[in-house]
Amino acid sequence: MSQSSNSNEKNAYQRLQFGVVQFPGSNSDQDCIHAVESMGHEARYIWHKDTDLGGVHAVLVPGGFSYGDYLRAGAIARLSPVMHAVAQFAEAGGLVMGICNGFQILCEAGLLPGALIRNRSLQFRSEFVHLKVLHDQSPFTQCTPDETLLRIPIAHGEGCYYADEKTLAEMENNRQILWKYATSSGDLEEHANPNGSVQQIAGVCSREGNVAGLMPHPERACQQIIGSDDGQHVFKSIIEHLTQTH
Amino acid sequence: MSEPAITPELIQQHNLSEEEYQLILEQLGREPNLTELGIFSVMWSEHCSYKNTRPLLKGFPTRSPKVLVPAGEENAGVIDIGDGLAIAFKIESHNHPSAVEPFQGAATGVGGIIRDIFTMGARPVCAVNSLRFGSLKSPEVRRLFKGVVAGIGHYGNCFGIPTVAGEVYFDESYEGNPLVNAFCLGVLRHEQIARGAAKGVGNPVFYVGPATGRDGLAGAAFASQDLTEESAQQQRGAVQVGDPFMEKLCMEACLELLATGAVAGIQDMGAAGLTCSTCETAARGGTGIEIELDQVPQRAPDMTPYEIMLSESQERMLIIVHKGREDEVKRIFDKWDLPWAEIGFVADHGRMIVKNHGQVVADLPAAKLADEAPVYHRDSNEPEYLKGTRSWRPEQIPDVSDASSTLMQLLESPSIASKNWVYRQYDYTVRNGTVIQPGSDAAVIRLKKDSLPELPEGAPNRSAEVVEKYVAMSVDGNGSYVYLDPYEGGKIVVAEAARNLACSGAVPLGTTDNLNFGNPHHPELFWQLKEAVRGLAEACHHFEAPVTGGNVSLYNQNPKGAIDPTPTVAMVGLIEDASHITTQWFKQEGDLILLLGKPLDTEDPCQGLGGSAYLQLTHQLKTGLPPRCDLDAEKQLHDALRGWMAQGIIQSAHDCSEGGLAVTLAECCISGEKARHTPHLMGASIQLEKPEGLRLDALLFGESQARIVVSIPPNFEGKLLGQAKILGISAQVIGTVGGETLSVQAGDQHFSWTTQSMHDAWFHSIDRIMDA
Repeated sequence: MSQSSNSNEKNAYQRLQFGVVQFPGSNSDQDCIHAVESMGHEARYIWHKDTDLGGVHAVLVPGGFSYGDYLRAGAIARLSPVMHAVAQFAEAGGLVMGICNGFQILCEAGLLPGALIRNRSLQFRSEFVHLKVLHDQSPFTQCTPDETLLRIPIAHGEGCYYADEKTLAEMENNRQILWKYATSSGDLEEHANPNGSVQQIAGVCSREGNVAGLMPHPERACQQIIGSDDGQHVFKSIIEHLTQTH
Repeated sequence: MSEPAITPELIQQHNLSEEEYQLILEQLGREPNLTELGIFSVMWSEHCSYKNTRPLLKGFPTRSPKVLVPAGEENAGVIDIGDGLAIAFKIESHNHPSAVEPFQGAATGVGGIIRDIFTMGARPVCAVNSLRFGSLKSPEVRRLFKGVVAGIGHYGNCFGIPTVAGEVYFDESYEGNPLVNAFCLGVLRHEQIARGAAKGVGNPVFYVGPATGRDGLAGAAFASQDLTEESAQQQRGAVQVGDPFMEKLCMEACLELLATGAVAGIQDMGAAGLTCSTCETAARGGTGIEIELDQVPQRAPDMTPYEIMLSESQERMLIIVHKGREDEVKRIFDKWDLPWAEIGFVADHGRMIVKNHGQVVADLPAAKLADEAPVYHRDSNEPEYLKGTRSWRPEQIPDVSDASSTLMQLLESPSIASKNWVYRQYDYTVRNGTVIQPGSDAAVIRLKKDSLPELPEGAPNRSAEVVEKYVAMSVDGNGSYVYLDPYEGGKIVVAEAARNLACSGAVPLGTTDNLNFGNPHHPELFWQLKEAVRGLAEACHHFEAPVTGGNVSLYNQNPKGAIDPTPTVAMVGLIEDASHITTQWFKQEGDLILLLGKPLDTEDPCQGLGGSAYLQLTHQLKTGLPPRCDLDAEKQLHDALRGWMAQGIIQSAHDCSEGGLAVTLAECCISGEKARHTPHLMGASIQLEKPEGLRLDALLFGESQARIVVSIPPNFEGKLLGQAKILGISAQVIGTVGGETLSVQAGDQHFSWTTQSMHDAWFHSIDRIMDA
């Protein structure tokens, strides 16, 4: 990453640069840019054919139907030139967050454990859900006090997260499960789960913790006027983490 | 290559009459070949030429100071919304294809309307749709319903625009002939308006988008004939197949190309594909066009000129480029990995000349083809059935005996029940612009900078801030009322749309109409069309919401009979300030509930029961006089409501429509939704006056028009009532928000329903039917 600075500058306002990967068929790319800008920072597109991330501080892999979801959601995108650069960035400890289709791409690319399969209902699901944040020890959740509930929209046809029991046990040990679907009172009940994902899982992170993926769209919940600003918690966490480690 | 000789059978197969063929001979001065016959047949089909309805459509108001591109000029109308911004919108039907192949029929309907919007240079930002099916009791209907909704979701979601509103109705009338009316709205700056004219003699003509195949062959002609079981089977090949991913890439590439200034004219290849786009652009430009079919990308082997010209393969655009700027097309379309080909040029001879391997295979006069289709003034005759329906009076049926369960039945009836089964399959949050999601009277979106197409590099205002705008949309239709009185019903369709907009805080700006009717050759059905248009036009004029474009879908019928005459309109409005944006559900305990507008129409001999959902549900009768529409009263009411919203008085507003006042009140209690399985339920206690002579069912379920239920904080009671008196608007307090039941005192009778049980019946009704 770029040059480190004195931790006394923790409170200084530094405009961070987010890179938003753009595949043919990405849909929420402009929403990611909009969300970051609404939080007071900068964001720009990284075209899928580019191999240089241009020195961004964090990478967002947005939602959509990259390559039309041909073959399998995310299966083609993960072979794009840009994903090689994203993998290297992640390897070096850079923050990468995949949202919805982005989550699918990161799983296909092996940057996150598990896989996303078709919703149990076999239908596309679009609605606001409640997410329980399981802990605040991650760059993606550190601004969210324990057990906070976030109201965030989902919009997906293949959001059912699956990992085998062994993987799940490891993930639990390493605190890799970050978000779960819950009721409005925070209970992890099955009916609160819109897609049938195992253990109500909505989002996870990598073993090292710098790569995360979630099916819900925090970038669509950064302003009250469009339904909820709870998504700000996710971006605030990333921003705080980056600002602290600079 | 030789084509078969033209025979009377061939002419008939192409849906051309003998007279029309004579007209072709006159226009050409010779016999057409097969390809040319095919071209005439699609260009002169009802779908493309409006030959049966053009005289009627002239009755629509199409102008206002805000109209930048009026109806009839281009692919979609454009309306100014202030600060240099404008919106392009339109509605179109895809009824016949959806009957045959519901998923692709509906999907390509969405694809087609999206293209009509970005061909104007606008960035599509949302979609809306109006759907009608037969009774959900039929497995076949459930199949169509499932397929259509999945198709719409598939296309809109993958393309990446939110589907934010709609209406869904179920009535036996639409058995076998579903109505799928798809609407799209896009945004642009005034200077970004693009036109579909082939301007500039010598300019190259480009084809962009996926290769042409045999799908959708002659879809326009198929849409313009009666749909029977036989025709449905034969026409399976006529249903187009859509690829929303391709369309998204195509749109991005087109908007990018438009930003370079290299485009002289642009038109999408929709109905009648290459044929329509080439001759219409030449006609608009007052020029001619020459294309070489060899150059057209093809994905099926050995395609004939006939097939290439008539194919309706999707996601293709025709672009006329300024000579010398050809490289821009290559650069941009290669970047997006989209096929492109230079296929011809703009000529000065006014003809559309099509060559294949250097041989001329069609040579037709462009303007005549596009603009001089025959126009018919069909016979019209008031239908016989009206004698019976007009004479029906409520005295012929007993008053409701169990109003308690009748309300529950109405809430459960699929036409009134919650449509969440539908809209939770539509992505409605993408683009970060949806302010009011599906489930309220009107959808509201906000327009911001990234809603607009990009400006050219170096443009002075490229980095300028864009004023945020709030646009509301409602789509409404009514088959029952229009069947019982087309003129009155036509007025109501528009009035209801305007009322829905008012309930969200919006002022109407413009309307787009989709007329879904039967066979225009039947004088009684044509009379319905004529009278409905008369009503629609008068109301659009009254609300100063000109028609900016629309669609006519005729020949909607099946062996059992014609569908109910069903005009649908989508009305678009503007909300001045974000603080005025209002939703329909009660907000907080203690708020007062008021009924605005005359509680009942004393001059209505049917007491609001004619054509009502209640009458159809409990007595299986579709009869009577529909409620009357008083356009003055409606407009005054809407204006007053907007005024109170501007003063910060109104907490919620919901208009009375199907099911009457009781259903409206129930919906105010149960339709708020915070999140998955997290409804916002609010009870209410209501006191209604029941004057002598007013039936209980009329009071609770009558559908008198121009009525709105609002809730306000109690301290504003005096202010609102005082102002209402001055304005001459009827306003009365009917209750208070609070508790967990809806309890209604109607005269000396008392009814009570828990919000939980009402919600359960209403919210899960369609779920239960579809899961069974």
